[in-house]
Amino acid sequence: MIPTSYYILLGSGLFTIGVIGVLTRRNVLVILMSIELILNAVNINLVALSQYFHSVDGQVFAIFVITDAAAEAAVGLGLIIALFRNKETVNADEIDLLKW
Amino acid sequence: MVLDYIWLIPLFPLLGAAIQLFVGRRLSKNAVSAVSVGLPGIALLWALGCVGEFLNLPADVHVFTKVLYSWLPAGAFRLSNGALGNLNVPVGFQLDPLSTVMLLVVTGIGFLIHVYSIGYMAHEGGYYRFFGYMNLFMFSMLVLVLANNYLMMFVGWEGVGLCSYLLIGFFFQRKSASDAGKKAFVVNRIGDAGFLLGVMLMAVTFGSVEFQQVTEQARSGRFPVGSTVIVAICILLFVGATGKSAQIPLYTWLPDAMEGPTPVSALIHAATMVTAGVYMVARSNALFILAPTAMALVAGIGAATAIWAASIGLVQNDIKRVLAYSTISQLGYMFLACGVGAFGAGVFHLMTHAFFKALLFLGAGSVIHAMSGEQDMRKMGALWGRIPVTAKTMLVATLAISGAPLFSGFFSKDEILWQAFSSPYGSLLLWFVGFATAGLTAFYMFRLFFMTFAGKSRVPHELEHHIHESPKVMTVPLICLAIGALAAGYVGWPKILGGSNHFEHFLEPVFENPSARAAFEHTWQSEFGLMVLSVAIATIGFLIAYFWYLRRPEVPERVAAKAGPLYNLVLHKYYIDELYDALFVNRVKNLGNAFAAFDLGVIDGGVNGAGWLTRMFGEVSRYWDTWVIDGLVNVTAFVVKVLSYPVRVIQTGLVQNYAWMITLGVLIFMVYYFVHF
Repeated sequence: MIPTSYYILLGSGLFTIGVIGVLTRRNVLVILMSIELILNAVNINLVALSQYFHSVDGQVFAIFVITDAAAEAAVGLGLIIALFRNKETVNADEIDLLKW
Repeated sequence: MVLDYIWLIPLFPLLGAAIQLFVGRRLSKNAVSAVSVGLPGIALLWALGCVGEFLNLPADVHVFTKVLYSWLPAGAFRLSNGALGNLNVPVGFQLDPLSTVMLLVVTGIGFLIHVYSIGYMAHEGGYYRFFGYMNLFMFSMLVLVLANNYLMMFVGWEGVGLCSYLLIGFFFQRKSASDAGKKAFVVNRIGDAGFLLGVMLMAVTFGSVEFQQVTEQARSGRFPVGSTVIVAICILLFVGATGKSAQIPLYTWLPDAMEGPTPVSALIHAATMVTAGVYMVARSNALFILAPTAMALVAGIGAATAIWAASIGLVQNDIKRVLAYSTISQLGYMFLACGVGAFGAGVFHLMTHAFFKALLFLGAGSVIHAMSGEQDMRKMGALWGRIPVTAKTMLVATLAISGAPLFSGFFSKDEILWQAFSSPYGSLLLWFVGFATAGLTAFYMFRLFFMTFAGKSRVPHELEHHIHESPKVMTVPLICLAIGALAAGYVGWPKILGGSNHFEHFLEPVFENPSARAAFEHTWQSEFGLMVLSVAIATIGFLIAYFWYLRRPEVPERVAAKAGPLYNLVLHKYYIDELYDALFVNRVKNLGNAFAAFDLGVIDGGVNGAGWLTRMFGEVSRYWDTWVIDGLVNVTAFVVKVLSYPVRVIQTGLVQNYAWMITLGVLIFMVYYFVHF
């Protein structure tokens, strides 16, 4: 079998890439994609550990997360479209209305 | 009984005064005249009624008293001899023979002068004001003569002084007139101080200031003759009399008082107010009899004033001035009489003098009216034919004052001279001074008469056409007074000429004076002899005046030129006014100025300084508030701002930065967690 630790490492690696993407990328669509990456990394962890513990709970929870991610992506896109209508930009750097 | 309402007599003219002074401005001249002459007329009628009833009282009743209420219930106090006294000053009215005479003189002559004033003041401004003051004067004078105690008399005394001031300064736009009013009031006041001190001394000595009580105590023998306290009281009272009745040294106001309208001079400064001093001394006869020193003083000053004023009157050229000095001189006679114990004679002369002096002044007013305001006798002359009624009545008055036989002045003046000669208080010197003054009087009065009515006319051309006899409303009072000047003497027809001297008998109950009776026991030859002498000297005076002013008018000027400096001295009234100015008036003025400077500099300076100090404190307070208090507040805000600058940089508004902060926090927690476990 593939050792469970490899899956967890993969998951954390993807998580880290996602976090760095959220924190560093300028394009808000890319930030959204990075958020999806984070969610999927969590899914991998859930499924791997469900196999390790021989319990189906992890996989059921993973289905919830996928549903949740889809709804969130819809809302996020709606946000971006509203933002674009107002500010004509998809650059996170340029949205600083709450600056001091 | 009318007598029960005697207190209404002063109130009638008071009502007139109140009406004039409150609403008189809006009344027509006729209404003012009707009120202000009608009310004194009613007072006269009422007075006649009261006197009539008084005379019908039982023969042993000599005094009628009516007390209205207790004015000053001052209460218990210690008298000067230690006894316990209770001073109660009432508002009371007294009618006895003396006040009867005064009452009739005041109301009668006052009424006639009011009638005369309707004509005299017809063309002057302030008609209602004049009559208001005249009525107020009548009220005060009537209070004075009807009072039953010294303090109420003093109220009237002050009232007449006030009205004198108001009326002398009636034409107040003229500085000389208002100055004269002030002078009269101030000089009067000096006398009043003496009067008041005398009354106070009287109160602590007798425990009362009512005439009846003081007289009773004085005659009871409680005080020896010549006791110091009585002498002091009498001298102080006499000081008051010198001020009010214009004797030496307080006579200087009366000549200046001629600035007032002529009816004022007639009423106040001839017939009534100036006689208040004589009345007061006569009223206090019981006290004066106990103080021979004071009597001597009164007689001496009276005689001295008589001749002093007569000498000044010899050379005056203003018709009213001559009459003013004549008044002072005749008042001197009255005090001479009182000073030698002949109080009855003094009052008799008061009465006759009131008639002829009022007549003289009103006649002079009529002359001035005819001369369109000219008062200088050097510009008159030959007016006999032009103003006949005035001229004839003036002649009657001149004869009366000169003591021509059968006129009223003859009887009264002769009585005085006789008493001065024969009374135990009198002396040859006193008689001689009076005798000489009689000669001078005849001279200057006929000088006045001849210069005004006889001789050649010296009237300036422009006044010539306006000379006219005065209207009836002015001449009828003149005629009434002339009848009085003629007839008033007959009530005092002396014993030696066959009469029974009703007047002195009438006044006897008031003046229980043994020495006066003693005087009658002198021989009738000496009295008759003196009578002849006085007629002789009066005739000499008349003849000199006749020669100098009718026959040879150039003689007076030559005599005056020869007399040179002496003439100037007398013309300028012996420079007494200037002397008083230097001694008293200017010193008081300078003191007043010094006080004013002190008040302005020190007192006002202090007040201003206090104000300035308060302002300074306010400024300091303002600076403190602006710089310190507000400064603290601003500094606090500044510190907060400065401290917040670095902190606010965190708010970038960029969501990624906020997400990085969250991640950083989580990482720190994780590291902390792993290190500790």
